[in-house]
Amino acid sequence: MVPLVAQITVSHYLVVGAVLFVTGAVCMATKRNILGVLMGVELVLNGANVNFIAFGSPFLREHHLGLDGQLIAVFVIVLAAAEAAVALAIALNFYNNHTTIDVDRAEDLKG
Amino acid sequence: MIPSITDWHSFFFYLFATVTCVFALAVLFATNIVRMAFYLIISLGASAGLFILAGAEFLGVMQLMIYVGGTLVLLVFGVMLTAQERFISMKTRGGEWVMAAIVGGALLVLLVQTAFSIDDWTAPRADLSAVSAIETQTATRLGLGLLGIRPDQAEEADPVLRQGMSGYLLLFEIVSVHLLVVLIGAAYLARSKRVTSLARAAEMRR
Amino acid sequence: MGQFFNNYLIDPLAFWADLPENYWLGYVVAALIQCVILLNVVAVGALFFIWLERKVSGRIQDRLGPTRVGGRFGWLQTLADGLKLLTKEDLTPENADPLLFRAAPYVSFAASFAAYLALPFSNGWVAWDVNVAVFFILAVMGIEVFGVILAGYSSGSKWSLFGAMREAAQVVSYEVPLGLCVVIPVLICGTMNLITIGNMQAGLFTNWLLFHDPFTFCVFFVYFTCATASVNRAPFDLAEAESELVAGFHTEYSGLRWSFFFMAEYGSMFAVSGLAAILFFGGWNGPIPIFHWLGWANSENWYLLQIANLFGALNFVFKAVLGVTLMMWARWTLPRLRIDQVMTTCLKYCVPLAAICFIGVVLWQLYYPWWFINDIHLNGWAKPFAHRSEVREPWVLQIERESPPVRTGVTNRSGEAASSPRDQVRLGALGVSSRLLVERAEGGVR
Repeated sequence: MVPLVAQITVSHYLVVGAVLFVTGAVCMATKRNILGVLMGVELVLNGANVNFIAFGSPFLREHHLGLDGQLIAVFVIVLAAAEAAVALAIALNFYNNHTTIDVDRAEDLKG
Repeated sequence: MIPSITDWHSFFFYLFATVTCVFALAVLFATNIVRMAFYLIISLGASAGLFILAGAEFLGVMQLMIYVGGTLVLLVFGVMLTAQERFISMKTRGGEWVMAAIVGGALLVLLVQTAFSIDDWTAPRADLSAVSAIETQTATRLGLGLLGIRPDQAEEADPVLRQGMSGYLLLFEIVSVHLLVVLIGAAYLARSKRVTSLARAAEMRR
Repeated sequence: MGQFFNNYLIDPLAFWADLPENYWLGYVVAALIQCVILLNVVAVGALFFIWLERKVSGRIQDRLGPTRVGGRFGWLQTLADGLKLLTKEDLTPENADPLLFRAAPYVSFAASFAAYLALPFSNGWVAWDVNVAVFFILAVMGIEVFGVILAGYSSGSKWSLFGAMREAAQVVSYEVPLGLCVVIPVLICGTMNLITIGNMQAGLFTNWLLFHDPFTFCVFFVYFTCATASVNRAPFDLAEAESELVAGFHTEYSGLRWSFFFMAEYGSMFAVSGLAAILFFGGWNGPIPIFHWLGWANSENWYLLQIANLFGALNFVFKAVLGVTLMMWARWTLPRLRIDQVMTTCLKYCVPLAAICFIGVVLWQLYYPWWFINDIHLNGWAKPFAHRSEVREPWVLQIERESPPVRTGVTNRSGEAASSPRDQVRLGALGVSSRLLVERAEGGVR
């Protein structure tokens, strides 16, 4: 079975989710700009959402999650928005107090 | 019910999946923070297309509305508020890249292998024509699920099991209160303040 | 996605060219034809609206506007302008970020154009008959602001940056009341499908949601204000305030790229007006339901149906153009607000008004004043059509045709034994009002 002409399955979606997740995680680890880190978080959450949607889709699998997959994805999106708002507020506060947004400079609590 | 959806499903899936992944990688490798935001918009927009393709129209549009239209505007706003020459492009050190590549690559291999390791996941649904429109038009049912009614599981024969499927009303309430708290908290945190003496001292040190 | 392509075009093509059924080329051709038609609606619409804007502004300022080009009324003036724009030099400032600077107009235009994907022009005349059309249109119109922000940022000019910052703050704020206003018709109709919402208002103009109750009447004006603000028209056009910011976010743009911003602006003006027409003014239903009385509007005959639809589309376009003209009238009449006044209008007036109207409509739906003349209570000649709650989304009708339900359980509210689980599923899917559903669910699901 050549994967490129085969019918789409849950696995295909999972691969997309995995790529998004890993990209986001690496983004979080390597970016020095605090907003870049935030973008990494968004990518990770989005990768998780792709998985939920894939498992809940009636087109991909007979024993799908049904509405549960989509409902959980709703909550993920809403909480991601909330998280972004708080993180942005923290970032702005950090910028106000330290006049930088480089996360490596946030070392006031280092013993 | 839905004739020959498979061909177009594959075509659009590969289109959206490629765009999503390529621009996610572009986010990772770009150094300019504004360009990163731009790539992130395209990546998330394309993944909204994936959602719609998988039958979750409401979720796809919600992704466009909240993620792309709300969260990312907020992010770009943050970028602009903090945009100064020296913060636009911040390079990552070579050693960090190597470490990240090793860890990330290992994680990716693991996840992809897992994705293809379960037979039920790799087998496509054979009877696509059996998918009824009720299953694909989910906006109303999502709303009902949030209200605590689960019409999709009303056919569950076992009454004991049916009691456990009470929907997401409590979660919905918690999230609503949570959003309110976040709104107030974020506004409080980000309110304008005078520059503190600590910041001035930090400025002097620099 | 199968709905995305018009079925009518594929089969004749396949027939002529002796191709297998559902051949991919048919889909691609159908998609291309629809794209070209829609693109022309936006582009030609922009040409027309720019001409209209000049005439309207001329008349308001007691002058004639363009008169010469193209014979009478200067109707070719915009085309001449367009040709001039094509020949202009395409500049990229030295400080600009070239990639983003080039991409920004297309982002704006694509977002504005995407709204037309789900905007029905008549009963069934829509590119993508999506279940969540209202939500989709709002979402993609929200993305348009990105083009503006990117343009402002990447131009490398402080005027542009200021304009973009104002735009970002303004649009994000105004999305809140706009969303609240749009939710109200959705609440009354119980669906987000624009075609169904339009069909629910068939009949005399008293059926239009504007006249549903006093709160919807108020909320239309709030909607119109917020829509004007969200598409950046005067008096809310702070992003391009020419007296302070040169030209705001498009200061550095010239030639074709600049015209893309303009097409996006006029495109979204028409889109929000069209949305208002469908949500509050009955969409493609005229004030007097002539085609319903003739029986053409729900005729079995395809040609009669399409003739009725054509007139419906004319109706719709007329209403939307009226909305756009109203925006122009406001632009040339009112002075521009200050940024703090813009925010005050949004947060202190529009949001509370919309919220009060929302609560009012909810209460109205619950405690309906029986004496109030309303849509469904006109009988006899004025009411030749179905009860509003009998109008269903197309896919629901399809399901009911395939497997007729025991009963829909909407009109008949009292007595009768608890319905079967199968009926519960159907009820959940049919989009009945939640109160009825809760009552029903207490009997059945628990």
